[in-house]
Amino acid sequence: MKLTLRIWRQSDREARGKMVTYKIDDISTDMSFLEVLDVLNEQLTATGEEPVAFDHDCREGICGACGMVINGVAHGPQKLTTACQLHMRHFKDGDTIDVEPWRARAFPVVKDLVVDRGAFDRIIQAGGYISAPTGSAPDAHATPVPKPDADAAFEAAACIGCGACVAACPNGSAMLFTAAKVAHLGALPQGQPERASRAAAMLHAHDEADFGGCTNTGECTAVCPKGIPLTVIGAMNHDVLGSAIRGR
Amino acid sequence: MVASGTRDRAAVAAKESSAPRRNAAYRSTVGIKVVMAVTGLLFLTFLVLHMAGNLKIFFGAESFDHYAHWLRDIGAPALPHEWFLWIQRGVLTLALVGHVWAAATLALRAKRARPIGYAHRPKVQGSYAARTMRWGGVIILLFLVWHLLDLTVGTVNPVGNPATPYANVVAGFAPSRWPVTLFYVLAVVAVGFHVRHGLFSALRTLGQRTANGERWARVAALGFAILLCVGFLVVPFAVLVGWVGPA
Ligand code: HEM
Ligand code: SF4
Ligand code: FES
Repeated sequence: MKLTLRIWRQSDREARGKMVTYKIDDISTDMSFLEVLDVLNEQLTATGEEPVAFDHDCREGICGACGMVINGVAHGPQKLTTACQLHMRHFKDGDTIDVEPWRARAFPVVKDLVVDRGAFDRIIQAGGYISAPTGSAPDAHATPVPKPDADAAFEAAACIGCGACVAACPNGSAMLFTAAKVAHLGALPQGQPERASRAAAMLHAHDEADFGGCTNTGECTAVCPKGIPLTVIGAMNHDVLGSAIRGR
Repeated sequence: MVASGTRDRAAVAAKESSAPRRNAAYRSTVGIKVVMAVTGLLFLTFLVLHMAGNLKIFFGAESFDHYAHWLRDIGAPALPHEWFLWIQRGVLTLALVGHVWAAATLALRAKRARPIGYAHRPKVQGSYAARTMRWGGVIILLFLVWHLLDLTVGTVNPVGNPATPYANVVAGFAPSRWPVTLFYVLAVVAVGFHVRHGLFSALRTLGQRTANGERWARVAALGFAILLCVGFLVVPFAVLVGWVGPA
Protein backbone atom coordinates (compact mmCIF):
# COMPACT_ATOMS: atom_id res chain seq x y z
CA MET A 1 0.00 0.00 0.00
CA LYS A 2 0.94 3.64 -0.50
CA LEU A 3 0.74 6.09 2.35
CA THR A 4 1.24 9.76 3.06
CA LEU A 5 2.71 10.38 6.51
CA ARG A 6 2.66 13.76 8.17
CA ILE A 7 5.12 13.58 11.01
CA TRP A 8 6.15 16.06 13.70
CA ARG A 9 9.82 16.94 13.19
CA GLN A 10 11.70 18.79 15.89
CA SER A 11 15.51 18.67 15.97
CA ASP A 12 15.97 19.18 19.73
CA ARG A 13 14.25 20.37 22.91
CA GLU A 14 14.54 24.06 22.07
CA ALA A 15 13.79 23.89 18.37
CA ARG A 16 10.40 24.85 16.96
CA GLY A 17 8.97 21.77 15.36
CA LYS A 18 6.57 21.35 12.47
CA MET A 19 4.61 18.71 10.63
CA VAL A 20 6.50 17.38 7.59
CA THR A 21 4.90 15.33 4.81
CA TYR A 22 6.46 12.11 3.46
CA LYS A 23 5.26 9.76 0.74
CA ILE A 24 5.97 6.09 1.17
CA ASP A 25 5.22 3.08 -1.05
CA ASP A 26 5.41 -0.71 -0.77
CA ILE A 27 3.95 -0.96 2.70
CA SER A 28 2.74 -4.44 3.55
CA THR A 29 -0.46 -4.80 5.57
CA ASP A 30 1.45 -7.19 7.84
CA MET A 31 3.88 -4.47 8.93
CA SER A 32 3.57 -2.83 12.29
CA PHE A 33 3.34 0.92 12.52
CA LEU A 34 6.91 1.13 13.80
CA GLU A 35 8.12 -0.94 10.84
CA VAL A 36 6.59 1.67 8.56
CA LEU A 37 8.71 4.27 10.34
CA ASP A 38 11.73 1.97 9.91
CA VAL A 39 11.09 1.84 6.16
CA LEU A 40 10.71 5.60 6.05
CA ASN A 41 13.95 6.04 7.98
CA GLU A 42 15.86 3.83 5.55
CA GLN A 43 14.50 5.97 2.75
CA LEU A 44 15.53 9.15 4.59
CA THR A 45 19.00 7.83 5.41
CA ALA A 46 19.54 6.86 1.76
CA THR A 47 18.84 10.41 0.68
CA GLY A 48 21.03 11.85 3.44
CA GLU A 49 18.16 13.18 5.53
CA GLU A 50 17.87 12.90 9.31
CA PRO A 51 15.80 9.83 10.27
CA VAL A 52 12.67 10.27 12.42
CA ALA A 53 13.48 9.66 16.10
CA PHE A 54 10.97 7.53 17.99
CA ASP A 55 11.10 5.43 21.15
CA HIS A 56 10.80 1.67 20.97
CA ASP A 57 12.25 -1.38 22.64
CA CYS A 58 10.41 -4.69 22.94
CA ARG A 59 8.06 -4.25 19.98
CA GLU A 60 5.87 -6.80 21.72
CA GLY A 61 3.53 -4.44 23.52
CA ILE A 62 5.01 -5.08 26.96
CA CYS A 63 7.75 -2.55 27.68
CA GLY A 64 5.94 0.78 27.37
CA ALA A 65 8.70 2.46 25.40
CA CYS A 66 6.81 3.17 22.20
CA GLY A 67 4.06 5.71 21.89
CA MET A 68 2.85 8.33 19.46
CA VAL A 69 -0.43 9.98 18.63
CA ILE A 70 -1.66 8.56 15.34
CA ASN A 71 -4.50 10.47 13.65
CA GLY A 72 -5.37 12.14 16.94
CA VAL A 73 -5.51 8.94 18.99
CA ALA A 74 -2.73 7.81 21.31
CA HIS A 75 -1.27 4.51 19.99
CA GLY A 76 -3.60 4.75 16.99
CA PRO A 77 -7.06 3.48 16.12
CA GLN A 78 -6.87 -0.07 17.47
CA LYS A 79 -8.10 -0.52 21.07
CA LEU A 80 -5.88 -2.22 23.66
CA THR A 81 -2.91 -2.01 21.31
CA THR A 82 0.46 -0.27 21.54
CA ALA A 83 1.89 1.48 18.47
CA CYS A 84 4.43 -1.35 18.04
CA GLN A 85 1.60 -3.90 17.85
CA LEU A 86 -0.58 -1.81 15.56
CA HIS A 87 -0.66 -3.43 12.14
CA MET A 88 -1.12 -1.66 8.85
CA ARG A 89 -4.17 -3.74 7.94
CA HIS A 90 -6.09 -1.23 10.06
CA PHE A 91 -5.33 1.43 7.44
CA LYS A 92 -6.35 1.82 3.82
CA ASP A 93 -4.21 2.21 0.75
CA GLY A 94 -3.73 5.91 0.06
CA ASP A 95 -4.40 7.03 3.63
CA THR A 96 -2.84 10.15 5.04
CA ILE A 97 -1.69 9.53 8.59
CA ASP A 98 -0.74 12.23 11.11
CA VAL A 99 1.90 11.25 13.65
CA GLU A 100 2.63 13.44 16.65
CA PRO A 101 4.44 13.07 19.97
CA TRP A 102 2.61 12.92 23.33
CA ARG A 103 1.65 16.49 24.14
CA ALA A 104 2.07 17.59 27.73
CA ARG A 105 4.11 20.21 29.55
CA ALA A 106 5.36 17.42 31.81
CA PHE A 107 6.56 15.42 28.76
CA PRO A 108 8.85 17.82 26.86
CA VAL A 109 9.75 16.75 23.33
CA VAL A 110 13.39 15.62 23.17
CA LYS A 111 13.44 15.03 19.43
CA ASP A 112 10.74 14.36 16.81
CA LEU A 113 8.41 11.79 18.41
CA VAL A 114 10.56 11.17 21.50
CA VAL A 115 9.38 12.78 24.73
CA ASP A 116 11.03 12.86 28.14
CA ARG A 117 8.84 10.79 30.46
CA GLY A 118 11.06 11.42 33.49
CA ALA A 119 8.02 12.88 35.26
CA PHE A 120 6.67 9.31 35.55
CA ASP A 121 9.93 8.26 37.24
CA ARG A 122 9.57 11.08 39.75
CA ILE A 123 6.01 9.94 40.56
CA ILE A 124 7.29 6.39 41.15
CA GLN A 125 10.19 7.68 43.25
CA ALA A 126 7.71 9.51 45.46
CA GLY A 127 6.09 6.27 46.61
CA GLY A 128 5.54 3.71 43.89
CA TYR A 129 7.29 0.94 45.81
CA ILE A 130 7.12 -0.85 49.14
CA SER A 131 9.83 -0.46 51.78
CA ALA A 132 10.85 -4.01 52.51
CA PRO A 133 14.03 -5.85 53.33
CA THR A 134 15.50 -7.11 50.09
CA GLY A 135 17.45 -10.31 49.69
CA SER A 136 16.32 -13.64 48.40
CA ALA A 137 12.72 -13.74 47.22
CA PRO A 138 10.26 -14.86 49.93
CA ASP A 139 8.17 -17.97 49.39
CA ALA A 140 5.18 -17.20 47.20
CA HIS A 141 2.76 -18.33 49.90
CA ALA A 142 4.54 -16.57 52.79
CA THR A 143 1.86 -13.85 52.79
CA PRO A 144 -1.52 -15.15 51.64
CA VAL A 145 -3.43 -12.81 49.31
CA PRO A 146 -7.17 -13.26 48.71
CA LYS A 147 -7.89 -14.04 45.06
CA PRO A 148 -10.04 -10.93 44.37
CA ASP A 149 -7.27 -8.70 45.80
CA ALA A 150 -4.65 -10.47 43.74
CA ASP A 151 -6.80 -10.01 40.62
CA ALA A 152 -7.35 -6.31 41.35
CA ALA A 153 -3.64 -5.80 41.96
CA PHE A 154 -2.74 -7.67 38.79
CA GLU A 155 -5.19 -5.69 36.68
CA ALA A 156 -3.64 -2.41 37.87
CA ALA A 157 -0.08 -3.78 37.68
CA ALA A 158 -0.52 -4.36 33.95
CA CYS A 159 0.25 -0.65 33.36
CA ILE A 160 3.41 -0.40 31.27
CA GLY A 161 3.97 3.32 31.90
CA CYS A 162 3.68 4.32 28.27
CA GLY A 163 2.03 7.68 28.89
CA ALA A 164 -0.84 7.33 26.42
CA CYS A 165 -3.29 8.25 29.17
CA VAL A 166 -1.59 11.64 29.56
CA ALA A 167 -1.48 12.17 25.80
CA ALA A 168 -5.22 11.52 25.48
CA CYS A 169 -6.43 13.37 28.58
CA PRO A 170 -8.11 16.71 27.76
CA ASN A 171 -6.60 17.99 31.03
CA GLY A 172 -3.13 16.55 30.45
CA SER A 173 -3.56 14.58 33.67
CA ALA A 174 -1.53 11.51 34.62
CA MET A 175 -4.11 10.25 37.07
CA LEU A 176 -4.64 6.88 35.35
CA PHE A 177 -0.94 6.03 35.47
CA THR A 178 -0.48 7.29 39.04
CA ALA A 179 -3.66 5.64 40.25
CA ALA A 180 -2.74 2.34 38.61
CA LYS A 181 0.41 2.23 40.74
CA VAL A 182 -1.40 3.32 43.90
CA ALA A 183 -4.20 0.80 43.35
CA HIS A 184 -1.77 -2.00 42.54
CA LEU A 185 0.26 -1.64 45.74
CA GLY A 186 -2.74 -0.66 47.84
CA ALA A 187 -4.53 -3.91 46.99
CA LEU A 188 -1.78 -6.10 48.44
CA PRO A 189 -0.91 -6.83 52.09
CA GLN A 190 2.70 -5.74 51.55
CA GLY A 191 1.48 -2.32 50.44
CA GLN A 192 -0.64 -1.57 53.52
CA PRO A 193 1.85 0.12 55.89
CA GLU A 194 2.58 2.92 53.41
CA ARG A 195 -0.82 3.00 51.75
CA ALA A 196 -2.07 6.44 52.81
CA SER A 197 1.26 8.25 52.66
CA ARG A 198 2.03 6.65 49.29
CA ALA A 199 -1.15 7.99 47.71
CA ALA A 200 -0.56 11.51 49.06
CA ALA A 201 3.12 11.56 48.09
CA MET A 202 2.56 10.24 44.57
CA LEU A 203 -0.28 12.70 44.02
CA HIS A 204 1.99 15.50 45.21
CA ALA A 205 4.69 14.43 42.73
CA HIS A 206 2.03 14.22 40.01
CA ASP A 207 0.82 17.77 40.66
CA GLU A 208 4.40 19.12 40.99
CA ALA A 209 5.24 17.71 37.56
CA ASP A 210 2.62 20.05 36.02
CA PHE A 211 0.17 17.37 35.04
CA GLY A 212 -3.45 18.56 35.02
CA GLY A 213 -6.22 17.51 37.41
CA CYS A 214 -8.46 14.57 36.59
CA THR A 215 -12.11 15.20 35.67
CA ASN A 216 -13.07 11.52 35.27
CA THR A 217 -13.67 12.03 31.57
CA GLY A 218 -12.34 8.59 30.66
CA GLU A 219 -10.34 9.44 27.51
CA CYS A 220 -7.39 7.74 29.23
CA THR A 221 -9.01 4.33 29.64
CA ALA A 222 -10.20 4.44 26.05
CA VAL A 223 -6.63 4.61 24.72
CA CYS A 224 -4.82 2.61 27.41
CA PRO A 225 -3.17 -0.36 25.68
CA LYS A 226 -3.54 -2.38 28.89
CA GLY A 227 -7.17 -1.49 29.58
CA ILE A 228 -6.47 -0.01 33.02
CA PRO A 229 -10.00 0.78 34.30
CA LEU A 230 -11.13 4.16 35.58
CA THR A 231 -11.96 2.55 38.93
CA VAL A 232 -8.27 2.72 39.92
CA ILE A 233 -8.72 6.50 40.12
CA GLY A 234 -11.46 5.95 42.69
CA ALA A 235 -9.10 3.70 44.64
CA MET A 236 -6.47 6.43 44.60
CA ASN A 237 -8.94 9.14 45.63
CA HIS A 238 -10.07 6.88 48.44
CA ASP A 239 -6.51 6.53 49.73
CA VAL A 240 -5.79 10.25 49.31
CA LEU A 241 -8.89 11.11 51.35
CA GLY A 242 -7.83 8.54 53.92
CA SER A 243 -4.46 10.22 54.10
CA ALA A 244 -6.01 13.66 54.56
CA ILE A 245 -8.37 12.45 57.27
CA ARG A 246 -5.80 10.41 59.15
CA GLY A 247 -3.11 13.05 58.69
CA ARG A 248 -0.36 10.93 57.22
CA MET B 1 33.33 7.68 53.24
CA VAL B 2 31.76 8.08 56.65
CA ALA B 3 31.42 11.81 56.21
CA SER B 4 29.80 11.53 52.82
CA GLY B 5 27.50 8.80 54.10
CA THR B 6 26.36 11.10 56.90
CA ARG B 7 25.80 13.89 54.46
CA ASP B 8 23.74 11.63 52.25
CA ARG B 9 21.58 10.65 55.17
CA ALA B 10 21.20 14.29 56.18
CA ALA B 11 20.20 15.13 52.63
CA VAL B 12 17.65 12.34 52.63
CA ALA B 13 16.28 13.48 55.99
CA ALA B 14 16.00 17.07 54.74
CA LYS B 15 14.22 15.88 51.64
CA GLU B 16 11.81 13.81 53.69
CA SER B 17 10.96 16.67 55.99
CA SER B 18 10.12 18.86 53.01
CA ALA B 19 8.20 15.99 51.46
CA PRO B 20 4.44 16.37 51.48
CA ARG B 21 2.71 15.46 54.68
CA ARG B 22 -0.65 16.38 56.00
CA ASN B 23 -1.82 19.43 54.10
CA ALA B 24 -0.57 18.28 50.73
CA ALA B 25 -3.72 16.27 50.08
CA TYR B 26 -5.94 19.29 50.73
CA ARG B 27 -4.09 21.49 48.28
CA SER B 28 -3.77 18.79 45.62
CA THR B 29 -5.80 18.46 42.45
CA VAL B 30 -7.83 15.82 44.27
CA GLY B 31 -8.48 18.28 47.11
CA ILE B 32 -9.83 20.78 44.58
CA LYS B 33 -12.05 18.07 43.16
CA VAL B 34 -13.39 17.29 46.61
CA VAL B 35 -14.50 20.92 46.91
CA MET B 36 -16.24 20.54 43.56
CA ALA B 37 -17.82 17.23 44.53
CA VAL B 38 -19.13 18.29 47.95
CA THR B 39 -20.52 21.61 46.71
CA GLY B 40 -21.96 19.89 43.64
CA LEU B 41 -23.74 17.33 45.81
CA LEU B 42 -25.13 20.18 47.90
CA PHE B 43 -26.54 21.80 44.73
CA LEU B 44 -27.96 18.48 43.66
CA THR B 45 -29.78 18.07 46.99
CA PHE B 46 -31.12 21.60 46.69
CA LEU B 47 -32.26 21.03 43.10
CA VAL B 48 -34.14 17.84 43.95
CA LEU B 49 -36.00 19.59 46.78
CA HIS B 50 -36.60 22.67 44.61
CA MET B 51 -38.00 20.51 41.83
CA ALA B 52 -40.27 18.60 44.17
CA GLY B 53 -41.55 21.89 45.63
CA ASN B 54 -42.30 23.24 42.15
CA LEU B 55 -44.65 20.33 41.53
CA LYS B 56 -46.94 21.83 44.18
CA ILE B 57 -48.19 24.03 41.35
CA PHE B 58 -50.39 21.13 40.19
CA PHE B 59 -52.34 21.42 43.45
CA GLY B 60 -53.54 24.92 42.63
CA ALA B 61 -52.70 28.54 43.31
CA GLU B 62 -53.54 28.50 46.98
CA SER B 63 -51.50 25.40 47.73
CA PHE B 64 -48.49 26.69 45.75
CA ASP B 65 -48.52 30.19 47.27
CA HIS B 66 -48.98 28.72 50.72
CA TYR B 67 -45.97 26.46 50.17
CA ALA B 68 -43.91 29.42 48.99
CA HIS B 69 -44.83 31.41 52.08
CA TRP B 70 -44.13 28.44 54.33
CA LEU B 71 -40.58 28.34 52.93
CA ARG B 72 -40.11 31.74 54.54
CA ASP B 73 -41.05 30.40 57.92
CA ILE B 74 -39.04 27.17 58.08
CA GLY B 75 -37.60 26.79 61.56
CA ALA B 76 -40.25 29.03 63.17
CA PRO B 77 -40.61 29.87 65.93
CA ALA B 78 -36.98 29.10 66.74
CA LEU B 79 -35.85 31.01 63.65
CA PRO B 80 -37.42 34.40 62.89
CA HIS B 81 -39.23 34.99 59.54
CA GLU B 82 -37.04 34.32 56.48
CA TRP B 83 -33.96 33.45 58.55
CA PHE B 84 -33.78 29.91 57.25
CA LEU B 85 -34.10 31.16 53.69
CA TRP B 86 -31.25 33.59 54.11
CA ILE B 87 -29.01 31.03 55.79
CA GLN B 88 -29.69 28.63 52.95
CA ARG B 89 -29.01 31.32 50.36
CA GLY B 90 -25.76 32.17 52.10
CA VAL B 91 -24.62 28.56 52.17
CA LEU B 92 -25.52 27.99 48.52
CA THR B 93 -23.74 31.19 47.46
CA LEU B 94 -20.58 30.16 49.29
CA ALA B 95 -20.85 26.72 47.72
CA LEU B 96 -21.23 28.30 44.28
CA VAL B 97 -18.11 30.41 44.82
CA GLY B 98 -16.21 27.28 45.88
CA HIS B 99 -17.55 25.25 42.97
CA VAL B 100 -16.72 27.83 40.33
CA TRP B 101 -13.33 28.51 41.92
CA ALA B 102 -12.52 24.79 41.76
CA ALA B 103 -13.74 24.53 38.16
CA ALA B 104 -11.71 27.58 37.09
CA THR B 105 -8.57 26.38 38.90
CA LEU B 106 -8.69 22.99 37.23
CA ALA B 107 -9.48 24.53 33.83
CA LEU B 108 -6.43 26.81 34.10
CA ARG B 109 -4.29 23.87 35.21
CA ALA B 110 -5.48 21.85 32.23
CA LYS B 111 -4.55 24.68 29.86
CA ARG B 112 -1.11 24.92 31.44
CA ALA B 113 -0.61 21.17 31.25
CA ARG B 114 -0.77 21.11 27.44
CA PRO B 115 0.93 24.22 26.03
CA ILE B 116 1.17 22.77 22.50
CA GLY B 117 -1.98 21.16 21.15
CA TYR B 118 -2.34 18.43 18.55
CA ALA B 119 -2.34 19.27 14.85
CA HIS B 120 -4.78 16.41 14.33
CA ARG B 121 -7.53 17.16 16.80
CA PRO B 122 -7.99 14.20 19.11
CA LYS B 123 -11.07 12.11 18.46
CA VAL B 124 -13.46 12.24 21.39
CA GLN B 125 -13.92 8.83 22.95
CA GLY B 126 -15.36 9.82 26.32
CA SER B 127 -18.87 11.04 27.05
CA TYR B 128 -20.43 14.19 25.66
CA ALA B 129 -21.60 15.19 29.13
CA ALA B 130 -18.03 15.03 30.46
CA ARG B 131 -16.77 17.22 27.63
CA THR B 132 -19.32 19.96 28.21
CA MET B 133 -18.91 20.45 31.97
CA ARG B 134 -17.12 23.79 31.69
CA TRP B 135 -19.31 25.47 29.09
CA GLY B 136 -22.39 23.80 30.53
CA GLY B 137 -21.51 25.26 33.91
CA VAL B 138 -21.21 28.76 32.44
CA ILE B 139 -24.63 28.42 30.77
CA ILE B 140 -26.13 27.31 34.08
CA LEU B 141 -24.55 30.31 35.80
CA LEU B 142 -26.00 32.75 33.24
CA PHE B 143 -29.34 31.06 33.56
CA LEU B 144 -29.19 31.32 37.32
CA VAL B 145 -28.90 35.12 37.08
CA TRP B 146 -31.93 35.35 34.79
CA HIS B 147 -33.91 32.89 36.90
CA LEU B 148 -33.36 34.87 40.10
CA LEU B 149 -34.36 38.12 38.37
CA ASP B 150 -37.42 36.40 36.94
CA LEU B 151 -38.97 34.35 39.71
CA THR B 152 -37.23 35.44 42.90
CA VAL B 153 -36.76 39.21 42.57
CA GLY B 154 -39.35 39.60 39.82
CA THR B 155 -37.59 42.32 37.82
CA VAL B 156 -37.93 40.58 34.46
CA ASN B 157 -41.26 38.86 35.22
CA PRO B 158 -44.51 40.31 33.78
CA VAL B 159 -46.20 40.09 37.19
CA GLY B 160 -43.18 40.01 39.43
CA ASN B 161 -45.00 40.11 42.73
CA PRO B 162 -43.18 38.10 45.41
CA ALA B 163 -46.49 37.67 47.25
CA THR B 164 -48.08 35.75 44.33
CA PRO B 165 -45.60 33.15 43.05
CA TYR B 166 -48.33 31.17 41.24
CA ALA B 167 -49.31 34.20 39.16
CA ASN B 168 -45.63 34.93 38.46
CA VAL B 169 -45.07 31.42 37.10
CA VAL B 170 -48.22 31.43 34.94
CA ALA B 171 -47.37 34.86 33.49
CA GLY B 172 -43.69 34.00 33.09
CA PHE B 173 -44.29 30.91 30.96
CA ALA B 174 -47.22 32.32 28.99
CA PRO B 175 -47.14 31.13 25.31
CA SER B 176 -46.23 34.62 24.09
CA ARG B 177 -43.04 34.45 26.15
CA TRP B 178 -41.82 31.31 24.35
CA PRO B 179 -38.22 32.52 23.91
CA VAL B 180 -37.94 32.70 27.70
CA THR B 181 -39.43 29.23 28.04
CA LEU B 182 -37.00 27.95 25.42
CA PHE B 183 -34.12 29.38 27.43
CA TYR B 184 -35.43 27.56 30.49
CA VAL B 185 -35.58 24.31 28.56
CA LEU B 186 -32.01 24.68 27.30
CA ALA B 187 -30.74 25.54 30.76
CA VAL B 188 -32.51 22.62 32.41
CA VAL B 189 -31.15 20.25 29.77
CA ALA B 190 -27.70 21.72 30.49
CA VAL B 191 -28.26 20.97 34.18
CA GLY B 192 -29.24 17.43 33.19
CA PHE B 193 -26.00 16.90 31.28
CA HIS B 194 -24.03 18.53 34.07
CA VAL B 195 -25.54 16.25 36.69
CA ARG B 196 -25.10 13.19 34.49
CA HIS B 197 -21.34 13.54 34.50
CA GLY B 198 -21.14 15.52 37.74
CA LEU B 199 -22.76 12.95 40.00
CA PHE B 200 -20.70 10.13 38.53
CA SER B 201 -17.56 12.21 38.86
CA ALA B 202 -18.36 13.33 42.40
CA LEU B 203 -18.84 9.77 43.62
CA ARG B 204 -15.54 8.77 42.01
CA THR B 205 -13.80 11.77 43.56
CA LEU B 206 -15.12 10.74 46.96
CA GLY B 207 -13.62 7.28 46.58
CA GLN B 208 -16.11 5.13 44.65
CA ARG B 209 -13.76 2.41 43.40
CA THR B 210 -15.44 -0.86 42.46
CA ALA B 211 -16.64 -1.94 39.02
CA ASN B 212 -20.07 -2.78 40.42
CA GLY B 213 -20.28 0.55 42.24
CA GLU B 214 -19.33 2.28 39.00
CA ARG B 215 -22.32 0.73 37.24
CA TRP B 216 -24.60 1.95 40.03
CA ALA B 217 -23.02 5.39 39.96
CA ARG B 218 -23.72 5.67 36.22
CA VAL B 219 -27.32 4.54 36.69
CA ALA B 220 -27.84 6.97 39.58
CA ALA B 221 -26.29 9.86 37.64
CA LEU B 222 -28.49 9.22 34.61
CA GLY B 223 -31.53 8.71 36.86
CA PHE B 224 -31.05 12.01 38.68
CA ALA B 225 -30.40 13.83 35.41
CA ILE B 226 -33.64 12.54 33.90
CA LEU B 227 -35.58 13.14 37.10
CA LEU B 228 -34.44 16.77 37.25
CA CYS B 229 -35.10 17.39 33.56
CA VAL B 230 -38.60 15.94 33.63
CA GLY B 231 -39.50 17.41 37.03
CA PHE B 232 -38.37 20.92 36.18
CA LEU B 233 -39.69 20.99 32.61
CA VAL B 234 -43.15 19.65 33.32
CA VAL B 235 -44.10 22.97 34.97
CA PRO B 236 -43.37 25.36 32.06
CA PHE B 237 -44.82 22.73 29.72
CA ALA B 238 -48.04 22.57 31.74
CA VAL B 239 -48.37 26.37 31.64
CA LEU B 240 -47.62 26.45 27.93
CA VAL B 241 -50.36 23.96 27.04
CA GLY B 242 -52.84 25.33 29.58
CA TRP B 243 -52.96 22.56 32.19
CA VAL B 244 -51.93 25.18 34.68
CA GLY B 245 -53.71 28.46 34.02
CA PRO B 246 -54.58 31.73 35.75
CA ALA B 247 -56.01 31.10 39.23
C1 HEM C 1 -27.21 23.76 39.32
C2 HEM C 1 -26.03 23.93 39.74
C3 HEM C 1 -24.92 22.92 39.71
C4 HEM C 1 -24.91 21.60 40.10
C5 HEM C 1 -26.05 20.76 40.61
C6 HEM C 1 -23.56 21.12 39.90
C7 HEM C 1 -23.11 19.84 40.21
C8 HEM C 1 -21.84 19.36 39.98
C9 HEM C 1 -21.29 18.13 40.46
C10 HEM C 1 -22.02 17.11 41.34
C11 HEM C 1 -20.02 18.04 39.99
C12 HEM C 1 -19.05 16.89 40.20
C13 HEM C 1 -17.89 17.12 41.06
C14 HEM C 1 -16.74 16.25 40.68
O1 HEM C 1 -16.27 16.35 39.54
O2 HEM C 1 -16.30 15.45 41.49
C15 HEM C 1 -19.77 19.20 39.19
C16 HEM C 1 -18.59 19.44 38.51
C17 HEM C 1 -18.34 20.59 37.79
N1 HEM C 1 -19.11 21.74 37.75
FE1 HEM C 1 -20.95 21.92 38.52
N2 HEM C 1 -22.79 22.11 39.36
C18 HEM C 1 -23.60 23.23 39.22
C19 HEM C 1 -23.25 24.46 38.72
C20 HEM C 1 -22.06 24.74 38.10
C21 HEM C 1 -21.71 26.05 37.62
C22 HEM C 1 -22.56 27.31 37.75
C23 HEM C 1 -20.49 25.91 37.05
C24 HEM C 1 -19.79 27.12 36.47
C25 HEM C 1 -18.74 27.16 35.80
C26 HEM C 1 -20.08 24.52 37.14
C27 HEM C 1 -18.92 23.93 36.65
C28 HEM C 1 -18.48 22.64 36.92
C29 HEM C 1 -17.29 22.04 36.38
C30 HEM C 1 -16.34 22.66 35.39
C31 HEM C 1 -17.19 20.76 36.95
C32 HEM C 1 -16.06 19.76 36.74
C33 HEM C 1 -16.48 18.76 35.79
C34 HEM C 1 -15.63 17.59 35.69
O3 HEM C 1 -15.42 16.89 36.69
O4 HEM C 1 -15.23 17.35 34.55
N3 HEM C 1 -21.07 23.83 37.81
N4 HEM C 1 -20.88 20.01 39.21
S1 SF4 D 1 -2.38 3.59 32.52
FE1 SF4 D 1 -2.38 2.66 30.47
S2 SF4 D 1 -2.04 4.42 29.10
FE2 SF4 D 1 -1.43 5.09 31.14
S3 SF4 D 1 0.77 4.70 31.29
FE3 SF4 D 1 -0.25 2.85 32.11
S4 SF4 D 1 -0.46 1.49 30.34
FE4 SF4 D 1 0.02 3.51 29.48
S1 FES E 1 8.04 -1.12 21.98
FE1 FES E 1 7.63 -2.09 23.90
S2 FES E 1 5.51 -1.66 24.12
FE2 FES E 1 5.87 -0.93 22.12
